Amino acid sequence: MNRIFIAGMGAVSPAGWTVGALREALDRNEPLPTQTLERPGWNKPLPVRRVPNPTVRPEFLTHPRLRRTSPITHYVVAAALEATGGLRANHDPGFRLGLVVCLQSGCVNYSCRFYEETLKDPTTASPLLFPETVYAAPASHLAAVLGNISLANSLVGDPATFLQGVSLGAQWLEEDRVDACLVIGAEETNWILADALWHLERPAVLTAGAGALCLCRKPEWSTGVELAAITDAHTYSSQKNRTQAACAMRAQLGMPASCRPVVSQPNEEIAGRMPVLPELLCDGVGNGPRTDKAELEAWRDWTGPRLSPKRILGEGLMAATAWQCVAACDAVAGGRFVAANVSLVGSNQQAIGARFVRSNSDISHLSGGGPPGNIRP
Amino acid sequence: MLFPTTSPPPTPPRVVITGAGIVTALGRGWKPNAEGFRSGRTAFRPVSLFDVSRQRARSAAEVDLPATLPSTRLGAKQLARFDRAASTLLLATHEAWQQSGWEPAENLPFVLGTTAGGMSFGEAYFRQAAQSPLRHRHQPTRAVYYQPQVQARMILEALGANGPVTIVSNACASGSNAIGHAWELIRHGQAERALTGGYDALTELVFSGFDALQALTTTVCRPFDAGRDGLALGEGAAVMALETLESARRRDAPILGELIGYGTSIDRHHLTQPHPQGDTTLKVMQQACATAGVAPDDVDYINAHGTGTILNDSSEAAAISHWAGTRAATLPVSSTKANIGHLLGAAGAVEAVISLMTLREQWLPPETMFETPDPACHFPIVQKPRDAHVRVVLSNSFGFGGVNASLILRRWA
Repeated sequence: MNRIFIAGMGAVSPAGWTVGALREALDRNEPLPTQTLERPGWNKPLPVRRVPNPTVRPEFLTHPRLRRTSPITHYVVAAALEATGGLRANHDPGFRLGLVVCLQSGCVNYSCRFYEETLKDPTTASPLLFPETVYAAPASHLAAVLGNISLANSLVGDPATFLQGVSLGAQWLEEDRVDACLVIGAEETNWILADALWHLERPAVLTAGAGALCLCRKPEWSTGVELAAITDAHTYSSQKNRTQAACAMRAQLGMPASCRPVVSQPNEEIAGRMPVLPELLCDGVGNGPRTDKAELEAWRDWTGPRLSPKRILGEGLMAATAWQCVAACDAVAGGRFVAANVSLVGSNQQAIGARFVRSNSDISHLSGGGPPGNIRP
Repeated sequence: MLFPTTSPPPTPPRVVITGAGIVTALGRGWKPNAEGFRSGRTAFRPVSLFDVSRQRARSAAEVDLPATLPSTRLGAKQLARFDRAASTLLLATHEAWQQSGWEPAENLPFVLGTTAGGMSFGEAYFRQAAQSPLRHRHQPTRAVYYQPQVQARMILEALGANGPVTIVSNACASGSNAIGHAWELIRHGQAERALTGGYDALTELVFSGFDALQALTTTVCRPFDAGRDGLALGEGAAVMALETLESARRRDAPILGELIGYGTSIDRHHLTQPHPQGDTTLKVMQQACATAGVAPDDVDYINAHGTGTILNDSSEAAAISHWAGTRAATLPVSSTKANIGHLLGAAGAVEAVISLMTLREQWLPPETMFETPDPACHFPIVQKPRDAHVRVVLSNSFGFGGVNASLILRRWA
């Protein structure tokens, strides 16, 4: 078996346009302020958490392929550039980068605009909008910006699909089809999506953005974090409801019921010079009682440190599960945990879990901070 | 576990097809489709599903759905949540399942390609939300059941099966990518068998989108013809039951054909336009041949992506001509989009099943409306129905966004 390392992370969230901004928001442990989104035909607007405008206009927006793109593509590109920052500086011309973009709602802004125009008068519906409605558009634009993508897939599913994307990237690396692989989860906000969320889980606050992990096989490219495990995809069915699937996922991760001092990958060097630290649980619990129920049940007896990014950031669908993975890896990279477990209990498809552990690579170059302050022991 | 996975076998297992289901405007099931493609019948008619009176193009290849769907483990309430797309998917999957002889199972991978999933529900949601914003009836159901992964789960439920669902959405290459991904899962030892395919239904948004791009023909869809003026849209689904040769032999299952090669890559040239010389097309055809262990001389027929647009067909023709070299002069090529239109996310899967038909029944599907070859075509277009000795077929699929895919199938004899 080849080992898979995390070469970089990227995040665009309502906290800002970097992993650092995400970390700071989680560290403050306070739900980010909400804004309102006008819902046509309703007196009362819907609450959302928007991605703030960047303080400086990102240089990548000058790329000709990004001229007419919607926000989701901007988020994808920004997260990807951050996650591949280290690699882009030193790779050779033959470098092969894989790309897996995971989406649940995808390019909903232009889809709504184009369909609205179609309903009004199809003869004037903009041909510029339609190509941007396809799920594959962000991956295509990113491939054009980076220039070295050799293999790409866009996966659609419920938010747990992000870990299917990570497993696909790991598979491509193991087969030596790529030298590194970006896995990105992304979404954008729109009134129709906020409306749908209102119908399905009223207390949830819609948000948007992207999270990216860059996977590699070379330890020297690692941020000090290694992918240790991804469980099976526990698909919901009439025989296996969400709670049962979540419990099966949790059981397969084989984790301790509480904060157990474990170094998951035996590593004498690390064990010898560092204090033994607990494992982190990074879960997907937010503010939706109905949605959270299965996951809370599965982790009922977990007494170790726990990080719940959705409580701070909101419901970002595929972006939210990507942030969970980014936050988990960042917490391990920062050196305060030997391992972080990620629990993804999707809305209507599957439950999948993963474990990221500290690797024995040199992590001295990292600028990542410690664990966010809202990690609850 | 999705990671780490069990070590792949030292030699990848051979992957065979033991079930195939297909639904197009030519009919529901293998027989009417085989008869239609063999004779070169076309299935276009005025669009009846939504208003096209203000569009440039007015016709498409609509599927005639049956009054009742096949009897499965789903009840009437669950079937009421099926839109056209899910219905075509159920029909195709049911046919493939029946043919395979598989029993209900746990952990059966279901890998599907689609561009739109249940978009008709999404459109209905939007119309109601915009036109009757205070009316909420049906909206929660639509918000859930437009999602392709939910439709796929329902299909597994119908069969009494369960397993990981993967939805690939690489635009019009989705179906081929899905089949390729399922093939890789089996070859790498992550599954012994998998259900895979693609599906898409005609929707107002997509029709209007292609019409706005002026990509739709206002005459006749004639891929690779010098006088072509655009593509025609269609709808449908195709599903294959893939398994290792060992598994099929253990069950003594009839084998329909073998999937032997797959290549995929991404063309970064433009969101909607292929590289003029078809560089990425060439690359994926070469990749597919390398994995299959075949050369152009071994290929007896190409089922081309051939949409009927100026840019796609000239690019693909250049790539095929380059790839085939001297073989091009005698290599039969056709695009079955001339018969049933472009099925978008279903196209690659439907065309893989058509390729399987040519291998099983030893004929080539003609483009009967074809008149004058594009100058970039250094290969013959199949224009008339004819029998042929077909052992290896290559099927191309390309999508908006630039993902290209090629599949290679071999006759089982």
